[in-house]
Amino acid sequence: MVPLTYYLLLSGILFTCGVLGFLIKRNIITIFMSIELMLNGVNLSFVAFAAHWHALSGQVFVFFVMVVAAAEATVGLAIIIAVFRTRETLNVDQVNLLKL
Amino acid sequence: MLHLTLFLFFAAIAVAGAVNLLVQRHPINSALSLVVVMASLAGEYLLLGAEFVAAVQVIVYAGAIMVLFVFVIMLLNAGEEARSKGSRVAILLGVPGVTIGAVLVAWVVLRYSNAEAVSMYALPGDPQAIARLLFHDFLLPFEVTSILILIAIMGAVVLASPPQAIVRRRRTEPAQHETRELAAAGKER
Repeated sequence: MVPLTYYLLLSGILFTCGVLGFLIKRNIITIFMSIELMLNGVNLSFVAFAAHWHALSGQVFVFFVMVVAAAEATVGLAIIIAVFRTRETLNVDQVNLLKL
Repeated sequence: MLHLTLFLFFAAIAVAGAVNLLVQRHPINSALSLVVVMASLAGEYLLLGAEFVAAVQVIVYAGAIMVLFVFVIMLLNAGEEARSKGSRVAILLGVPGVTIGAVLVAWVVLRYSNAEAVSMYALPGDPQAIARLLFHDFLLPFEVTSILILIAIMGAVVLASPPQAIVRRRRTEPAQHETRELAAAGKER
């Protein structure tokens, strides 16, 4: 049997990797993938707590998180395409103006 | 014992994939390591008895969302990311800050959590039970998410369509008006 602490630690490690990637990566697509990694870490703790407290609503929350992540990925990638079309770059250091 | 071994196996794969996502410079390698993370997390969900969530994880996350990512990477022809001044600042400030945060979270988790074991198949996470919850207790949030998806689709279409298409539509409308006027004038003549 696995203690709940192990699941929470794994979830924390994944979330930390996501935060680190969000901070140190310069490619806008990789930054976006780091956000997905953070969402996955949170999902794992949701499911672990659902199993721990014998409450299925945790798994329903994971479902909603996935729906929101899908919507966010669609709109975010469309924004990335629009940014690339106007600026011809994916480096966030060069995307520092609201208007061209 | 088998449960713990499987947990450690999937956890090692997930952490290795997450670290690989950080180390790789090319976005396509990062995307593929993120797929590995998501697949191993689906294994963890199966260990926790959440069959429905594991299936959705593989289908929606590792399938649909990551295909979208890879598609955009190939569409934009993204190459290796360049090192810049901003990245050095981000590494200098970000790594210590994240380390402090991670140590803090680990300390809190280890200090305040009781070491109760989560048993395999502790609760029935089959689709039937989830569906009963989703369409009964969480009906309103479920309907709201459908509206959210609709808005996301429309937003993506508007954002990703080329700006010339909108401009062209605006230009052609008065032009049609003019031609109609010209035709009417020609008829009068």
